[in-house]
Amino acid sequence: MMSARDKCIYFISLHRTGLTVSLLTAALLLYPLYEDNPYTLGITNLIAINTMVVLGLNLFIGYTGQISLGHAAFFGLGAYGSAISTATYGLSPWPAMLLVALLVGLVALLIGVPILRLSGHYLAMATLGFNFVVHSVLLEWDEMTGGPSGFSGIPYLGVGDFSFDNEVRLHYLLWGFTLMGLLLSLNLVRSGVGRGLAALAEDETAAAALGVNTRNAKIKVFVLSAVMASIAGSLFAHCYTFISPDSFGIFTSTDMVIMVVVGGMGSIWGSLFGAGLLTLLPEVIGIFETYKDFVHGIILVLVLMFLPQGLVTGLVDMVRVRLALRRREAQ
Amino acid sequence: MFQDLLQYTFSGMTSGAIYALIALGFCVVNNTMGIVNFVQVDFVTLGGMLMFSCLFSAGLPVVPGLLLAVAGVAVVAMIVERLGLRPARSDNHLVLIFLTVGISIILRGIIKLIWGKNRMALPPLTPDQPINIMGASVLPQALWILLLTVIAIALLTWFFYRTSLGLSMRAVASNPTAAAVVGIPAGRVRLTSYAIAGALGGLAGVLVTPITTLNYDVGVLLGLKGFAAAILGGFGSFPGAIFGGLGLGLLESLSAGYVSSAYKDVVAFVVLLLVLFVRPKGLLGK
Repeated sequence: MMSARDKCIYFISLHRTGLTVSLLTAALLLYPLYEDNPYTLGITNLIAINTMVVLGLNLFIGYTGQISLGHAAFFGLGAYGSAISTATYGLSPWPAMLLVALLVGLVALLIGVPILRLSGHYLAMATLGFNFVVHSVLLEWDEMTGGPSGFSGIPYLGVGDFSFDNEVRLHYLLWGFTLMGLLLSLNLVRSGVGRGLAALAEDETAAAALGVNTRNAKIKVFVLSAVMASIAGSLFAHCYTFISPDSFGIFTSTDMVIMVVVGGMGSIWGSLFGAGLLTLLPEVIGIFETYKDFVHGIILVLVLMFLPQGLVTGLVDMVRVRLALRRREAQ
Repeated sequence: MFQDLLQYTFSGMTSGAIYALIALGFCVVNNTMGIVNFVQVDFVTLGGMLMFSCLFSAGLPVVPGLLLAVAGVAVVAMIVERLGLRPARSDNHLVLIFLTVGISIILRGIIKLIWGKNRMALPPLTPDQPINIMGASVLPQALWILLLTVIAIALLTWFFYRTSLGLSMRAVASNPTAAAVVGIPAGRVRLTSYAIAGALGGLAGVLVTPITTLNYDVGVLLGLKGFAAAILGGFGSFPGAIFGGLGLGLLESLSAGYVSSAYKDVVAFVVLLLVLFVRPKGLLGK
């Protein structure tokens, strides 16, 4: 017979994902009541947007074992797609967002089919090259994109007369989307498809031998992650109402991958932590203005050196080892 | 018409030689460690910066300045390997690659602290008087770049085929396990590969910055083009790196000349992508 305490622990461990998501949702619902400083909310909103991109990218990196150094391109295509279709062609924002996400998904499919035949460093270069091309076009095609000076006058998103035009309203909008992305990812990786993907990340040949269609799986996840990046890009455009090509260069792409690696490849919760830590970091170390890059680099290097499996997985493993050691000592 | 073509070819070969030097640096590290070493990007910047300090702070003449700058970058590269990569507790390539990205950010931060954010001008190796070759005007610096690149490649070939350290590095590149079994010291090989990569990157930096001007992130774009060149030729292949470098340089200058100078990078990268679609392992890759 289980004691009441054991039952409680069993219940928690059985429903740990659902409970964590509910706790997070509750915390996010209450957060603006406690924190109403627009600057701080602006930072947490940026974390929400980055988390969206990083979630998709982590599915691609952590669950198919591939690398993409070009996700800022999809992010940028989403942002500029929404900006141009709403501000220049007067489409209404929600259908525009959907349309742009579909188009970006199509672009990802078209380049994914040939690109995903590559592997390792070749894939890294190909995606980097794609990002480079998109960034150059955003910079040079100035009659459409506004060129280096950027694109302004993007409308806010809204429902009826209600418009998401201040930090508190944006907080609920952005985190709503991010939580949906989080739930989608958590459920996906626990489905049969997700298990197949995890096998693919570990060993492509073994996964193929067990009947996972590795080629199709890679392309599907690539398209899914591009669509998530595109939606995040659309939200980014409607949230700031101004965008410029600087936000979508190759450095953004490497930042996104760094968030994945620091959070932990293949760890969905890690995406949230990685995006949170690396978005907060420049704000926190802003006080050391002159040493900013230096400190940023050092923290990154230390995390990768001592917790190479990522912050979340690494710390959880560390606690587990400690607990196991203590239990043995107690015996 | 012919003169234009000749002019574009010369400028393409000049930048191609620089890309080839950087690409060789990428290949050396990849062959011994199996990773993309993004610190290569900053070795290029550092070469230019050290040359600047040798010439203006230390007041050295050009030749000792060049040697000292290249040696300096090689030493920094060895420090990077010893303190930055060797203590890593992971053999996951993605983690190691991003470790090099992190080190690259640190190094760029240090360069910014020491030399500041301003653009600086580095004088060319010999005075700037264009030479006329069959109607195309060529800067002496371009000829220096080609000459020193050829010398560097010759030295590298000698090193890899005639010295025991070079031979052991090729052994590690072709089969790391077998190399370890016969007792080739992995640590020394890695350290040497970083030193060579640093020297090649530093040389590229010393040579190219008189043309591009010098600032703390001048190496980033050049370095990424070098990476593209290495991939184009087939990553890890030395002839591939040289071939890829020259190919990318020519492609860029010809498309700037005949298509559009604003989209020259786009043309170069689109061709790179097309080549990879047809030959997924690069032009000369195995």
